[in-house]
Amino acid sequence: MNKKGAAAGPGPYRDKKTIAALLRVVEERRRAAGGPSCRIMEVCGTHTMTIHRYGLKKMLQDVGVGLVAGPGCPVCITPNDIHEAAIRLVTERENLLLAAFGDMTRVPTKIGSLQKSAAARGSRIQIVYSPAESLESARRNPDKEVVFFGAGFETTVPAIALTAAKALEDGIVNYSVLSAFWVIPPPLRAILESGRSRIDGFLYPGHVSAIIGPQAYDFVAEEFRRPGAIAGFEPADILLAIISILEQIAAGRPQVANEYTRVVSPDGNPTARAVLDRILEPKDAVWRGLGRISKSGLAFRPAFAAADAEKKFGLKLGSTDTELPGCRCGDVLKGLIEPPQCRLYGRVCTPEKPQGPCMVSFEGSCLAFHKYGTPS
Amino acid sequence: MCLGIPSKIVSVDEIHQTGQADHLGTRVMVNLALLDEARVGEWVIIHAGFAISKLNDQEAKETLDLLRQIAAHE
Repeated sequence: MNKKGAAAGPGPYRDKKTIAALLRVVEERRRAAGGPSCRIMEVCGTHTMTIHRYGLKKMLQDVGVGLVAGPGCPVCITPNDIHEAAIRLVTERENLLLAAFGDMTRVPTKIGSLQKSAAARGSRIQIVYSPAESLESARRNPDKEVVFFGAGFETTVPAIALTAAKALEDGIVNYSVLSAFWVIPPPLRAILESGRSRIDGFLYPGHVSAIIGPQAYDFVAEEFRRPGAIAGFEPADILLAIISILEQIAAGRPQVANEYTRVVSPDGNPTARAVLDRILEPKDAVWRGLGRISKSGLAFRPAFAAADAEKKFGLKLGSTDTELPGCRCGDVLKGLIEPPQCRLYGRVCTPEKPQGPCMVSFEGSCLAFHKYGTPS
Repeated sequence: MCLGIPSKIVSVDEIHQTGQADHLGTRVMVNLALLDEARVGEWVIIHAGFAISKLNDQEAKETLDLLRQIAAHE
C-alpha cells in the first residue's frame, strides 16, 4: 500500500490486533487514573455509532470506562416545533418544495412526520445530500418556493449558509432556509453547569472541531477542570483519545488534546468560520431536552433576511418543547438515562416505528443501541 | 452524519470554486469554497457536498506509525 493509500483507507484503524493492544493500554491507564471507574461523554453522534458498531462500549465498560452519549445529533436536538413548522410549510402551502436531509423527514411529531405528510397541491418533499442540490431545485423550479430545512452543527452550517448567500447573490428569490443551526460548546457548558450527570472527561467531535478548532473547548479544561480529546471516527481513533483523557486524569492536568491531527488543524478552519461570521449571528436557542441555552444557535444576519424562511413565511418558532408523551429522548441527550431505560425502547419504539428522533437518526443514541444490540 | 474517509480531488474549477473528487471509487461533485485553496491530488474531508478540511499527510502517517508501534509492542 502506498503512503497516500495508507492515509486514505481504514487500515490499522480497525485492525483487531491494534484494537486489542489499544484496549490493554486503556486498561493500564484506567488503573493509573485511580478510583473505581471513569465516565466519559462522547459528544458527537457519529462517535456514538462507531462506539456501538465496533462493540467498544461493552469492551470499555469491562475495563472501567463508561461512555455516555451527548447532545451531538442535530436531528435529535432540534425541538419538535421546528419539525412541525417544516411539516406545516409543505402541507399548508401550495407549490412549495421542501428539501431536507433524509433522516429529518422521519422524525415523529404530534402532527405526524414529514415523510408521512400529504403535501399541498403542487408541493412536495425532496431528500437531498447537499444544500447545493436544493438551490439547484430552486433554479429549475422558478414557479415554486424552495425551502431547505437545514439542521446541523458547525460542520454543516457553513455549507448551508454559503448556499443561502449564493441564492441571494444570484437573485434566486424563490429560495430560503428553515434553519436549525446549532453550536456545540454552549450545551457542554450547560451540561457541566447543571451538574446532574457525572462526566469525568469529553470525547470531542472530529469534524465540528475541524471547523471551530481545539481552543473552542479551552473553557472545559480551564473553568471546569475536565480533560478532553478530539477524536476521529475509526475505533482506533476513539481509543487513542480515551487513552489521552485517562492520562490527563492521572496527571491531574486537564487540557484539550487533539488526537485527530490528520484532519483537525490547530486553528480549525478559519475560512469556514469567516463564512459563518459574515452570514450568521449568535442567538439564544432551545434544544430538545436541554431547553434554552444562551448563544447556542445561529440566525441569519439582517442582510441575509430574504433567505430566512422563518421571516419570509412569518413562522412562529422557539416557543415550547413539544416532546411526544413517553419519549425520553431529552433525558438521553442530557446523559441522564441510557436508551434501554426508556419504557418505549424496543417495545413500541423501534427503527421501523420510531417514537422519537433518537430512534430515527443515524446519529441517534437509541438507534445505535438498538441496531447493534448493545446491552445497558 | 460525518464521513471520516477522505476523498481525493481529481478536478478543480477555480472560477466556481467547485470540483470533482474520488470517494472510494465514486466520482462526486465537491464545493471547495470553504478551503483556502485546493489542488488536484489533495485529499479532503467532504461534508454535505462541501470540502471542510484537507488531510494532513504527515500527521496521518505519524498516527499510523503510532498505531503500528502499539500493536507491535503488545
